[in-house]
Amino acid sequence: MKTSVFFIYLAIMAGSTYLIRMIPFVAMRRKIENPYIKSFLSYIPYAVLTAMTLPACLYATDYVISAVIGLLAAIFFALKDKSLTVVAMAACIAVFLSETLIGLIA
Amino acid sequence: MSKEFFHGLRDGFPIGLGYLSVSFTFGIIAVKYGFSWWQALIISMLTVTSAGQFAGITVMQNPGHYLEMLISQCTINVRYSFMSISLSQKVNKRFRGIWRVLFGFMITDEIFAVACSRKEVSRSFFAGLCVLPYLGWSLGTLAGGLLGNVLPHPVMSALGLAIYGMFVAIVVPDLKRGKSISFVVVTALVLSCIFNYVPFLKDISAGISISICAIVAALLGALIYPQKDEEEEV
Repeated sequence: MKTSVFFIYLAIMAGSTYLIRMIPFVAMRRKIENPYIKSFLSYIPYAVLTAMTLPACLYATDYVISAVIGLLAAIFFALKDKSLTVVAMAACIAVFLSETLIGLIA
Repeated sequence: MSKEFFHGLRDGFPIGLGYLSVSFTFGIIAVKYGFSWWQALIISMLTVTSAGQFAGITVMQNPGHYLEMLISQCTINVRYSFMSISLSQKVNKRFRGIWRVLFGFMITDEIFAVACSRKEVSRSFFAGLCVLPYLGWSLGTLAGGLLGNVLPHPVMSALGLAIYGMFVAIVVPDLKRGKSISFVVVTALVLSCIFNYVPFLKDISAGISISICAIVAALLGALIYPQKDEEEEV
């Protein structure tokens, strides 16, 4: 690919991604008072995260079963109100251990 | 260096860790597609968005598809607009003007999620929060582009769950806080499964289907469980 073509594409990609994030952030200066809109916005993070996690995370590792074990480990530690790092690490370690076990059996 | 900044740094650590493995994959794939390592790096450093970047390098394979690039980026990334609006309600009074112009660049799914789990978001916290994810995203791409597979495969596989583990850490504890959040989560979960497994619907790109699931679930949540007073605020 020609370098000039690359930079045109890059400009479109980086520019649109930045503006789509920045403009609403800058434009919304006031606190929203309407309870419905307020609730909608406060529920957005939970809805986004859930839709991104499931079922996608089941296919993020080598085996579905190890992903399920990792996910259960994460839920277990999250219910105990552990920090983000602890929960994320626990999930990774659970995946690693279960895949090692699968490797030994198979 | 304020305490807030360090809190941000600390909370950004798992994001950075997760980004390392995702951007590593991006670096490897970009080079496989014929990009040089510096092109992969510059894409990551200027866009900082996973799905958008993977889609972007696919479009870039052919010259001249500029409109296609614009449309695909906008549809994949439209969810950020909703996050930006949501986050604008969380930031404190001093977080405005030029700070929003600057830090708007770093609103990713994960940074947004962590920032929103705080009662109020200050500039220092947000600045600290961005550091490690940005480093992780850039360095991971660089390593992937230059070295290919350096980490042993089982480690890469395990790191694949880091980001999701973090999402669980944000969502699950709040399920104990009441019916409303549980309702939103279950609705989003059901919709997301429908978009992943039902024929035709599963062909819709992940960026768009996640936006649809999130908007519908949050909308139903707001209609059924509107928050009445400050105490119920999430």
